[in-house]
Amino acid sequence: MRCQRCPKPATLHITEILDEDKVEELHMCEDCAQRFLADGQKVKKPKSKGHPEPDSDFPTEAGAREKSPSCPHCGITFAEYRSTGRLGCPLDYDTFREDLVALLENVHGETRHSGKVPVNLDRHRRHHDELSRLRKDLQGAISREDYEEAAKLRDQIKTLESK
Amino acid sequence: MNLDALVKSSGEWLKATGPESTIVVSTRVRLARNLAAYPFTSRANNFQKGEIEGLVCDKLQQIVPPPDYFPLANMPALDRQVLFERHLISRDMASGDGPRGVAFNTGEAISLMVNEEDHLRLQVMRSGLDLQGAWSVIDDLDNQLEGKLPYAFSEEFGYLTACPTNVGTGMRASVMLHLPALEHTRHIEQVYRALQKISLEVRGLYGEGSRASGHFYQISNQVTLGKSEPTIIKELGGVIPEIIRYENEARQAWLADTQQPLKDRIQRTRDTIATESQMTCEEAIECLSILRLATAVGEAPTLELAQLDELFIQVQQAHLQKLMGGPLDSEERNTARAQLLRQKLNIAAA
Repeated sequence: MRCQRCPKPATLHITEILDEDKVEELHMCEDCAQRFLADGQKVKKPKSKGHPEPDSDFPTEAGAREKSPSCPHCGITFAEYRSTGRLGCPLDYDTFREDLVALLENVHGETRHSGKVPVNLDRHRRHHDELSRLRKDLQGAISREDYEEAAKLRDQIKTLESK
Repeated sequence: MNLDALVKSSGEWLKATGPESTIVVSTRVRLARNLAAYPFTSRANNFQKGEIEGLVCDKLQQIVPPPDYFPLANMPALDRQVLFERHLISRDMASGDGPRGVAFNTGEAISLMVNEEDHLRLQVMRSGLDLQGAWSVIDDLDNQLEGKLPYAFSEEFGYLTACPTNVGTGMRASVMLHLPALEHTRHIEQVYRALQKISLEVRGLYGEGSRASGHFYQISNQVTLGKSEPTIIKELGGVIPEIIRYENEARQAWLADTQQPLKDRIQRTRDTIATESQMTCEEAIECLSILRLATAVGEAPTLELAQLDELFIQVQQAHLQKLMGGPLDSEERNTARAQLLRQKLNIAAA
């Protein structure tokens, strides 16, 4: 996330309460934030960047997702992740992709990996994609109450996981 | 490998043989990795953690040379504390429960935690300033393991980790610096602020949440996503020479200072060691820190950096109890610590 007043990355995130119903979100770099605070404007305690503490550093839109779906694999909800700071399984990155992208931009200033990739990437990719697909199908089968299909999918997931 | 024998000396990365050892104690690179088929450690049950441990141990035997594995589940608390004091496991791992453990080689330059916050935490330690060397060793180790273990990886987000602050490269590179002179001149605050501005993190001797005791500071990358490993190494490596230069200048200024002479501080430290019959860990570390500085600037010709760096570990409570052959209460530890310092530093009791 970029500073709203200059091109630098935003490291301080300020929520200004305008009145009882209205709040303004400000995202600034340290220099601009200090100038803003020095101007004597009335602000709430700024949230600093860093290791996500429970209920900190998360975009407000994520806050409205208290009833977000749980991960079909590990069962965690985004609200649970917010309270512990730890995701439940690798597939949470798919399940909560939208919320996590906003968080990653906030923490790292970037949202896409540009480093090392596994030597056997194709195997990793196929394994990951197939598991994702099967788990989505499983979730669908459970919602349709198609328990026969769900049992089959569960077996397939188990077989793939053991590879 | 025997833990009782381990406490008598330090790992090879603590021998002060690397570049810039008068200021840079060590370099560490850590990689966080997870197995694709399992929930992250905090969400895994003991059966799953046991499977992960078994799988990793099996594959570790194929590494050349294979490291020794130490399961922590039934290990006595004192031994776990020894591993923590040697920087081989985290505080959380020492106090946690369930199947988990650590593998390391002789010399402790390479270690691998199993079922920490992430399934695997690979760690390479080097003496002095050697980021490139550490990266090269850990990259090779990682390549050997990833051919055998299906890592959780996404092309978009990179290596998937339990905490999104580590996702991407999963890499934390850090350099442990001894900065007593910058702390004396109070310029350390400026260094701290400057590093934060370029997204580098400053932590104490034992990483996250620890204080900068003994004037030791760990400087590490904060960002793990969107930058390649060599870029992260290069950016971190680029600022360290500047800090070394500032510290060296501050050391020279302190030596030349007639108001608060460094030589007086060194003598007072020697006097403290000679006269105190009891010493807390914090007091011992403070004394050792001043003697490390004295040795680095040539004011303690009979001492060696490696000997002092080893003592920083041995004065801690678990090491001390192991060295003395059994459990000691707080008062006994303080007495044993004061004696150990006098004996190892060859300072006669006054």
